[in-house]
Amino acid sequence: MSVLDSKVPKGPLKDKWTNYKDHIDLVNPANKRNIDVIVVGTGLAGGSAAATLAELGYNVKTFCYQDSPRRAHSIAAQGGINAAKNYQGDGDSTYRLFYDTVKGGDYRSREANVYRLAEVSTNIIDQCVAQGVPFARDYGGLLDNRSFGGVLVSRTFYAKGQTGQQLLLGAYSAMNRQIARGKITPFNRHEMLDIVKIDGKARGIIARNLVTGEIERHSAHAVVIASGGYGNVYFLSTNAMGSNVTAAWKIHKKGAFFANPCYTQIHPTCIPRSGDYQSKLTLMSESLRNDGRIWVPKNLDDVKAIREGKKKPTDLSEDERDYYLERRYPAFGNLVPRDVASRAAKERCDAGYGVNATGEAVYLDFASAIERYGKEQAKIHNITNASAEKIYELGAAIVKAKYGNLFQMYEKIVDQDPYKTPMMIYPAVHYTMGGVWVDYNLMTTIPGCYAIGEANFSDHGANRLGASALMQGLADGYFVLPYTIGDYLSNDIRTGKIPTNTPEFDAAEKEVTDRINFFLNNKGQHSVDYYHKKLGKIMWDKCGMSRNAEGLKEAIEEISALRKDFWQNVNVPGTATEYNEQLAKAGRVADFLELGELFAKDALVREESAGGHFREEYQTEDGEAKRMKEFQFVSAWEYKGEPKDAVLHKEELIYENIEVKERSYK
Amino acid sequence: MSGFFKSSIGRKYAMALSAFFLMFFLLQHLAINLLSVFSANAFNEASHFMGTFWAVQYVLQPVLIFGVIYHFVMGFILEIKNRNARAVKYAKNNGAANSSWMSRNMIYSGLAILAFLVLHFIDFWLPEINTKYIQGDMSGLLADGEGFRYYEELTHKFVSPIRVGAYIIAFVFLSLHLQHGFNSAFQSVGAPVGRKKVMKNIGKAYAILVPLGFVLIALYHHFNH
Amino acid sequence: MNLTLKIWRQADANDKGKMVDYKVTEISEHMSFLEMMDVLNEQLVNSGKEPVAFDHDCREGICGMCSMYINGEAHGPDRGVTTCQLHMRMFKDGDTITIEPFRAKAFPVIKDLVVDRSAFDRIQHAGGYISVNTSGNTQDANSIPISKHAADEAMDAATCIGCGACVASCKNASAMLFVGAKVSQYALLPQGQIEAADRVRNMVAQMDLEGFGNCTNTGACEVECPKGISLENIARMNRELLKANI
Repeated sequence: MSVLDSKVPKGPLKDKWTNYKDHIDLVNPANKRNIDVIVVGTGLAGGSAAATLAELGYNVKTFCYQDSPRRAHSIAAQGGINAAKNYQGDGDSTYRLFYDTVKGGDYRSREANVYRLAEVSTNIIDQCVAQGVPFARDYGGLLDNRSFGGVLVSRTFYAKGQTGQQLLLGAYSAMNRQIARGKITPFNRHEMLDIVKIDGKARGIIARNLVTGEIERHSAHAVVIASGGYGNVYFLSTNAMGSNVTAAWKIHKKGAFFANPCYTQIHPTCIPRSGDYQSKLTLMSESLRNDGRIWVPKNLDDVKAIREGKKKPTDLSEDERDYYLERRYPAFGNLVPRDVASRAAKERCDAGYGVNATGEAVYLDFASAIERYGKEQAKIHNITNASAEKIYELGAAIVKAKYGNLFQMYEKIVDQDPYKTPMMIYPAVHYTMGGVWVDYNLMTTIPGCYAIGEANFSDHGANRLGASALMQGLADGYFVLPYTIGDYLSNDIRTGKIPTNTPEFDAAEKEVTDRINFFLNNKGQHSVDYYHKKLGKIMWDKCGMSRNAEGLKEAIEEISALRKDFWQNVNVPGTATEYNEQLAKAGRVADFLELGELFAKDALVREESAGGHFREEYQTEDGEAKRMKEFQFVSAWEYKGEPKDAVLHKEELIYENIEVKERSYK
Repeated sequence: MSGFFKSSIGRKYAMALSAFFLMFFLLQHLAINLLSVFSANAFNEASHFMGTFWAVQYVLQPVLIFGVIYHFVMGFILEIKNRNARAVKYAKNNGAANSSWMSRNMIYSGLAILAFLVLHFIDFWLPEINTKYIQGDMSGLLADGEGFRYYEELTHKFVSPIRVGAYIIAFVFLSLHLQHGFNSAFQSVGAPVGRKKVMKNIGKAYAILVPLGFVLIALYHHFNH
Repeated sequence: MNLTLKIWRQADANDKGKMVDYKVTEISEHMSFLEMMDVLNEQLVNSGKEPVAFDHDCREGICGMCSMYINGEAHGPDRGVTTCQLHMRMFKDGDTITIEPFRAKAFPVIKDLVVDRSAFDRIQHAGGYISVNTSGNTQDANSIPISKHAADEAMDAATCIGCGACVASCKNASAMLFVGAKVSQYALLPQGQIEAADRVRNMVAQMDLEGFGNCTNTGACEVECPKGISLENIARMNRELLKANI
């Protein structure tokens, strides 16, 4: 028997959540007033959880490193949010969303969690509309949908290319209401640097005020980690510059198991890297694949001519282009899931067909979409014999209405007009499916410590489908955690306020302060970024889109050596009692240096290919991911000091409602 | 409602309403002045009517005076408040990149207009008040009793080239003030039309033609007498 | 290219602060402005000096964290972009670039180019929400049809990223474009009608309390806004406030 208890309720899949909610222990409203909850991170998951917990009556403290909760990186999600509303009448249902998500995750997620996610997805849309989120609408005034990769229905709700922004502002507005009522106290520009456990339970955190440098103690009856993913372990990713693993890693070091760190999503449509100075990568929404066609030249001669600037992509005729996704996956075409699209791009570029100077770019072409829409519009407006220019003009207007802000962003960054010439795109690290292990209640292996949103591992298996991150964040925050946490807190109604002048707080604070003092006194010779970039390169080269045992073993050695070097030679300027970004970053990179090694170790142990984890040794004859039956489990790692000493616990994944098949998008 | 006029936006409304009144006043002032170009008699008649009709004297005149004073005093109060809203100034500021000179310098064009108004009051309004309400002569006749005095007084004032020059400069500033102020007043009261192209053109036309009218009348009298 | 940077340095809120000159070399035109700042900071750290503090996070123009007043304009000379999306191709070799924090009494400097914009948050706390229970037990989303036009216009207002460029560019340091956009988003939607009067009153009152200047309709905010928020939102807020008081 594994030490992991997923606490999945018994009963038929579709009744599990309802029955569970009916029988869960609740805290009565008068007692909720005496219970404090800390929420770390204020993105979709943290923001919505904080608002709902406060609405229920708990006293909530939120923490974010940004200057306002509204700036959490959920804001950058572009494409949309899935919900099984079936407004389009195209056969969508809770089961289908559940099925797509499990299949998209390559059968590496927990059935009951995913079903619950699909079930509450429709509530999210109702909730957000009631809050005033301006989703896109059709001319009849009803909500519009678009389709996303890996599915056969249109179930994605969107607000231009800024869906994450609008949903986050919605959650933030719900927070505002509770802040105004005094039920949420926001601690902005604060970073959680450790968790405090008393009698084995999570009872508070140590946080640093990033403006004054002050170390603060905050106690609570439960701690919720909603600090997002760890994509920045790669240095270059689509994550925000400040996105970090620190909160999740600190709880890991205090007893929370860390699950499937090797499941990383490499998003296929990002703007390619242009030079070594690059600080971050910019995503272009997957929704672009609805209308854009991905291709590279068929002939290497053309590739060469394009790289040298002798030919333009528009010079190539249809016959000279290789629409490789449409060729390889006729059923899903350009809308295959992200991991498949990313690997296909890498395959073409590795074979020498990359179309920019770095050899790492493919085209995303809107010419045929513009023509198609143009003809459609000409018909709608009764324009007979429309000229090619007119058709282009009409079509470009539709494309602009759909993706205008993305096109503008592309043009600002690359200095090319995507209406005239195909975009160049290349995969980039985007999302981490792995994260803190949680049970059905979203509680970690530390009692009273919860992890929600991207910070946990629960719903996306080995690969996340587009427009599902927003769904999961809000589902966890609005509709799941606020219920399940009651089951735990019902035992705390008589506990009273947790004092912060205890030896446990003293010890945790000392640990934090010692580490800060170490950094400032070390006076080494290399900047924090020097190490972060080196780590990123190891991760991208050896733990990137495809991995092999040899590379992973090297990565483990190299990261371990780099970490040793970091602790000897890192240079952090400034003092502890001021706004000091380098100091904050040093702590984050120190944690990435540990996580990176565990990541490589997890990837090495997982001797199969699944979703975002592609092991070169395990592929089918035509280069697709090859899952292994014996790896149908969640790897949950227990901290034992050095990452190499981490202990693996397995949670078997049982599929009772879905047939585990080879994932095919052909 | 009293809270409304204490709020920043309420004050914008008040500024705009006083501006509307002043802009309307300018138009009628211009219309009467224009008469002086065509007919001394008509000008005299109109001036006498305006100078003696109770509704103009006891209703519109106080409103005008209040409007002028309010517009200036509130203009200064807001300017001081607005300046205080940025304690440390920028070392480098490129205001021209995003806004018109007129919009950024309303206080200076306003001050120039205020200076002119002082002169104008000394020239016309104070003698008027003196004649009518202190000496009690409501007849509007010249000292010798031969016809109305208004036209005579008007042409007399435009003899001095210095005075006419000052007059012209003042109206250039008035034009600048109006080039922003006209549309700004509409925007302040929340009328979306203020930013429509046609209203912008009307605003521009008003801001140029009205001051130009006053200037041309002054020049006409300067060169014809 | 090689550049001279004149940067505002201020140790903390109480420090007087001053402009300091720096040189950076071999800047690629493909770099973003913040990547150029990274180069400068790496240079400063490696020579034992203190790096320049500036706010930044997503670096894709949506979080609203980055600020900077560059050569006399919020977010620099380009239009429709935040500083993180401003590219060095907007500058020439040998240029001198002046970099200052967003300045307003309501945005006190925290350090160097970092300012405290929490006034914006407090305005939002005052009314930037629709009072709806977050239980999800609301009516079906499609039971509130909203005309596409109204939804699109609300979306345009809702695009505001709260960066504060409007305040920084306004000669009066007025926050009306920001508040106007927030008021408008809800004023345009049926869901926002019930609390409309209280919302606009409370948000405007909080705005006035924070020490922002008044709007004189110069339109600078609209020009400098990275998201192109329209002045119409200010006009709408003015109407809403009048309506709320009648």
